[in-house]
Amino acid sequence: MGVKLLLAKAHVEGIRGFDVYRREGGYQSVEKALKQMSPDSITEEVKKSGLRGRGGAGFPAGMKWSFIAKPEGVPRHLVCNADESEPGTFKDRYLMEFIPHLLIEGLIVSSFALNSNDTYIYIRGEYAWIVDILEDAINEAKANGFLGKNILGTGFDCEIHVHRGAGAYICGEETALIESLEGKRGNPRIKPPFPAIQGVWQRPTMVNNVETLASVVPIINMGGEEYAKIGVGKSTGTKLISACGNINKPGVYEIDMTISVEEFIYSDEYCGGIANGKKLKACIPGGSSVPILPANLLLKTAKGETRYMNYESLSDGGFASGSMMGSGGFIVLDEDQCIVRNTLSLARFYRHESCGQCSPCREGTGWMEKILHNIEYGKGKISDIDLLWDIQRKIEGNTICPLGDAAAWPVAAAIRHFRDEFEWHVNNPLEAQEKNYGLAHYADPIHVPVTA
Amino acid sequence: MSEQQLFKVTIDNITIEVPAGTTILNAARQIGGDVTPPAMCYYSKLEGSGGKCRTCLVEVSKGSEKDPRPMPKLIASCRTTVMDGMEVKNITSEKVIDARAGVVEFLLLNHPLDCPICDQAGECHLQDLSYDHGKEGTRYEFERRTFKKHDIGPYIQLHMTRCILCYRCVYTADQLSKQRSHGVLDRGDHSQIATFIEKSLDNEFIGNVIDVCPVGALTDKTFRFKNRVWFLKPMDAHRDCPTCSGKVTLWNRGDEVYRVTARKDKWGEVEDWICNTCRFETKNASDWVIEGPREIDRHSVIAQGHYQGSVGMHTPTETFAAVNAGRAPHLLMDIHSVSEVNKDSSL
Repeated sequence: MGVKLLLAKAHVEGIRGFDVYRREGGYQSVEKALKQMSPDSITEEVKKSGLRGRGGAGFPAGMKWSFIAKPEGVPRHLVCNADESEPGTFKDRYLMEFIPHLLIEGLIVSSFALNSNDTYIYIRGEYAWIVDILEDAINEAKANGFLGKNILGTGFDCEIHVHRGAGAYICGEETALIESLEGKRGNPRIKPPFPAIQGVWQRPTMVNNVETLASVVPIINMGGEEYAKIGVGKSTGTKLISACGNINKPGVYEIDMTISVEEFIYSDEYCGGIANGKKLKACIPGGSSVPILPANLLLKTAKGETRYMNYESLSDGGFASGSMMGSGGFIVLDEDQCIVRNTLSLARFYRHESCGQCSPCREGTGWMEKILHNIEYGKGKISDIDLLWDIQRKIEGNTICPLGDAAAWPVAAAIRHFRDEFEWHVNNPLEAQEKNYGLAHYADPIHVPVTA
Repeated sequence: MSEQQLFKVTIDNITIEVPAGTTILNAARQIGGDVTPPAMCYYSKLEGSGGKCRTCLVEVSKGSEKDPRPMPKLIASCRTTVMDGMEVKNITSEKVIDARAGVVEFLLLNHPLDCPICDQAGECHLQDLSYDHGKEGTRYEFERRTFKKHDIGPYIQLHMTRCILCYRCVYTADQLSKQRSHGVLDRGDHSQIATFIEKSLDNEFIGNVIDVCPVGALTDKTFRFKNRVWFLKPMDAHRDCPTCSGKVTLWNRGDEVYRVTARKDKWGEVEDWICNTCRFETKNASDWVIEGPREIDRHSVIAQGHYQGSVGMHTPTETFAAVNAGRAPHLLMDIHSVSEVNKDSSL
């Protein structure tokens, strides 16, 4: 049984309401932070904790906080990124839906650390019912003196506003989110300047993921150094993983990043094994945009070591034989799943969600989808596979925002690891319409060359 | 503030000193020639433009004197300012050449390539770009996207299929008029320039969107299908205009004025914005004071020239001998001595 920091109280009856949350020890971190600590010492604790951004990139949160500009007389803002739209990721939804006060508590502490008097939660439009939950929580916190003017008599004012998006994946990119928050078309901005210097309304802005901000609560309660002891190496603390796909127990799990991928998939405490007694074929370990891995590379690294559920181990081997922790959207595919079809549906998603601002992503995502569609429906050519590779190569790294990379990586990884399945589709177009390639050799142990 | 700081920047091994805050693209433009990255969306007169088309990507092989680390990715030179001691690779970088060829392919992917019936042909930046940086064929085998026709008024013709979504016209309307009534609708590869509800663009200066459009997406309805630009003679002219500077380029054939545009510099950018009255309504030669032939430099086939010397091509004066230190060309092979062709077959 691993350590639980965020979801420990998630199943307490009535935890969604203020009274129960407070009775269970909620809002202690606000009292501690506002009364006993200075904004800088809070940032210092977060730095010490080694907390990494939970939205996908994994950038150290405390370091990001220290980048915020502090010009005289200009207000600063904290924006909570709740535009969780990555296919396979639904951890923030769970957190906001069941323990909304944890996020509000984290927001108050973080607002104090960053001196943000107006803090925003930018939530995706499809989470309409969660907006009501959050607003209820905000009102309750305000009625109890934890929000509004002069919080707990410390002289610190803070308001939290919930802003609904209109259904665009791209608005999860921090500068597109800022544009959208300002009421404009959600196009990512060209960086620099970074939001920490010029964000919302040209003011210094900090954009953090829901889970990151919620994690500030245990960090303040237990201290940064204690928090850093959980986990392993640079992967400190706990991480929410939203597991889905062909597993027996899909859902949101809190892990302390010391368990192996194999344990996570097969133990009854977590995913409970592959559904219907099938075999594991592949897995996308961190949300749709991270590279897909075949079963053999998922459970063991290319060096033959056990792969663990943490930032370093999942990315061991780089993109050649590794993947990424990403946002923690753990998608499991069993032997009956077709990688070509899976890649096609991801490509369709990224084509639909590209903002259309810069040319490689606007044109390239649509092109990749059309080629994948041809391959999937038996009209592909062998040369199409190399063409796909070339297109993704020309999108990756050449776009304004990471959506281009996110669209390119799944295609690249699918071709890298499952090229023979693509070739089988092209060479057996009729057969490919009726049956799948199956597990093939994707779970076979990998030969590890012996090094001296 | 002290005197303006000068930064030393090296682009393709050519070093130049520019004021702090200059972008890499503008520094390269000061050097000129092939060192200058192409730009389809950046427009120096429009604030906030650039960064979108990705044709101006360059490699920064040394960040600055203080922090010599190279930048990990190719960067958009139009929106990145130079640092002291920065080293930039444009045409000397294989990565850049490769990425740029990719961008050109992407831009042409859904472009109809209807140059033979397009009024922009001959002064189209996309044509220039594809000649300079593109490949001869496309690998795209699908139907190109089309859009529902959208009428935006009596003066401006919108051809959405040709658009490369550079956003220049949006910035122009934003910055020149009080009320922008067109913009980018929808998202991704189906995003389009349009007014939300079909309406005409109506503003004294809205005609300038035609001049800023790098392709034939926005063209002049009063000039539509009237003539090919390279058959016309560009003349600098002016008139007393109550709304704008009145400094324009007339495009004449004989004495007839076919169209009026703003004067464009050698990067294809407008020097002075002109009003709709000058552009669309003033087409009698007698309305204008003609200053002389317009210097058309570098840009497009119009430079093929109708006046020897003053417009377009100059006859090269140097001969082979002049550039070869006085030596005449050395004949590598005398075809007459090795070929039997010219021999009398009867012998």
